Amino acid sequence: MSTTTIDKANLGTLPTRSVARTRRPQRRVVRRLPVRKLWPFHVILLLQIGVFAAALGLWEISARQGWVNAFFWSQPSVIWSTLKVFFESGNAWVDISYTFRSTLMGFFLGTVIGSALGLSFWWSRNYAAIMQPYIICFESLPKLALAPLIILVFGMDLASKVAIATALTLVVSTLTAYAGVRAIDPDGERLFYSLGATRWQVFKKLVVPACIPWIISILRVNIGLALTGSIVGEFIASQHGLGRTIMYAGQTYEIALVWVAVLVLATLSVVMYICVSWLERVLRKGVTH
Amino acid sequence: MSDPVRLQLEDISVSFPSAGGAAFQALAPVSFSVAAGQFVSLIGPSGCGKSTLFNVIAGLQAPTSGRVVVEGEDATGMIGLVGYMLQKDLLLSWRTVLDNVVLGMEIRGVPVKEARERALPYLRKYGLAGFEHKYPNALSGGMRQRAALLRTLLTDTDIILLDEPFGALDAQTKSRMQDWLLQIWADFQKTVVFITHDVEEAVYLSDQIYVMGTRPGRIVERLEVPLGRPRSRALVSDPRFVALKETCLSLLTQDAVQAQLAAAA
Repeated sequence: MSTTTIDKANLGTLPTRSVARTRRPQRRVVRRLPVRKLWPFHVILLLQIGVFAAALGLWEISARQGWVNAFFWSQPSVIWSTLKVFFESGNAWVDISYTFRSTLMGFFLGTVIGSALGLSFWWSRNYAAIMQPYIICFESLPKLALAPLIILVFGMDLASKVAIATALTLVVSTLTAYAGVRAIDPDGERLFYSLGATRWQVFKKLVVPACIPWIISILRVNIGLALTGSIVGEFIASQHGLGRTIMYAGQTYEIALVWVAVLVLATLSVVMYICVSWLERVLRKGVTH
Repeated sequence: MSDPVRLQLEDISVSFPSAGGAAFQALAPVSFSVAAGQFVSLIGPSGCGKSTLFNVIAGLQAPTSGRVVVEGEDATGMIGLVGYMLQKDLLLSWRTVLDNVVLGMEIRGVPVKEARERALPYLRKYGLAGFEHKYPNALSGGMRQRAALLRTLLTDTDIILLDEPFGALDAQTKSRMQDWLLQIWADFQKTVVFITHDVEEAVYLSDQIYVMGTRPGRIVERLEVPLGRPRSRALVSDPRFVALKETCLSLLTQDAVQAQLAAAA
């Protein structure tokens, strides 16, 4: 960094009010704007892979050298072979499809019902006011606390996982759709009514389209919530699913299988996230433009 | 003036309940009538109840007393009988310009396809050619106002209320829009009631001007504009134009002074 200093004292004597007070020569420091250079994409990618490889290598070495207890921590090589077994002779695809289905159904139901509920508050301010405390209550309640009850009511099968995933996504969707409703410009409604519109027309042509961007924005959050709901449901009681595999492997000290299931789960989650992001882009294009 | 009366206000007053128990009178009884095909302006300081008056005419607000008569029939509290263009253009961002313009027709039950066919030539004729299938965010301020005005004009109402449509535009765009409005008004032959702050705008556009005052909102004076049509920009320096402008301004200042005195008393 190059800095230039200007010595005021050398600029000649300026008449000042209090000459008696000796002033230190002021130094003005001139700096350049800090430059932040971005590395090219392939360098970044290479380093990302490098960090991953280094972590795996360190883990493997530590386990082999006995620095960490391989029984509790497992090790990458064992996890890899377990992964192969899981896919070749295990029931990987059954578990994946089980978790995938319950997540997707919960996501769909929660988003649709929640949005519909949020939009319905537009119809009557009285109705919205009556429902308000219940929504807030259900919002602040940790929904997962209800999971054991839901399992009892809906049984051990897919239905209970879907119900938990729905419960998690429903409230967020309701609140978001309702926020969209409240953000509608009242002048927009006045315009519609001045044109002689019915309430149904205002709802269909103004309220719903105006709220759709809000609903789209919640999709990515909801897919994660739905997955959490499904996994927790499987933790509590289930015959299949990745959550059930994790629970089962943990209880039987098959730590490598826990890691495998977590890895598969993470992959599933990323794939679904990417799909929803794509869906979001398509919908946005269709709705706003 | 042999033209039939299109719009008639009979002693419209509006008051709101206020905190002190006494009602706040936003609008003292206001009466006037507008003949078919006329261009009438309301000018007045802010807070004189111009917009309240429009809301009453459009049926969006119930008057405390009085009647709105549209084409001889009681229209108090009825919506959809007059076209109303609010200050904001309120174009829907998810609809193309064309689909925004057909909104009024669509609401009245015209099939969308037919409405589009009907609207398209107007868009082309009135300065929106090439933007029919664009979205509103691609439009300049002046173009947005054109689209909003066309949306109002293309509904089958004979009376159009315009609430400061050019208030937010820059001076150059504004004068261009005024000429555009006069042309479109001549073509459509609608009855226009126009709100503005701008005295020059009112004189340039109107057949009659109602000067309004505050506390409570009321009509102070009715002025005829003695200028022929079509009008051109050169009129601005015409002595009759200047004299009328002066009259309007002095009426407005007088009212402002009175309001101040009333407030001080």
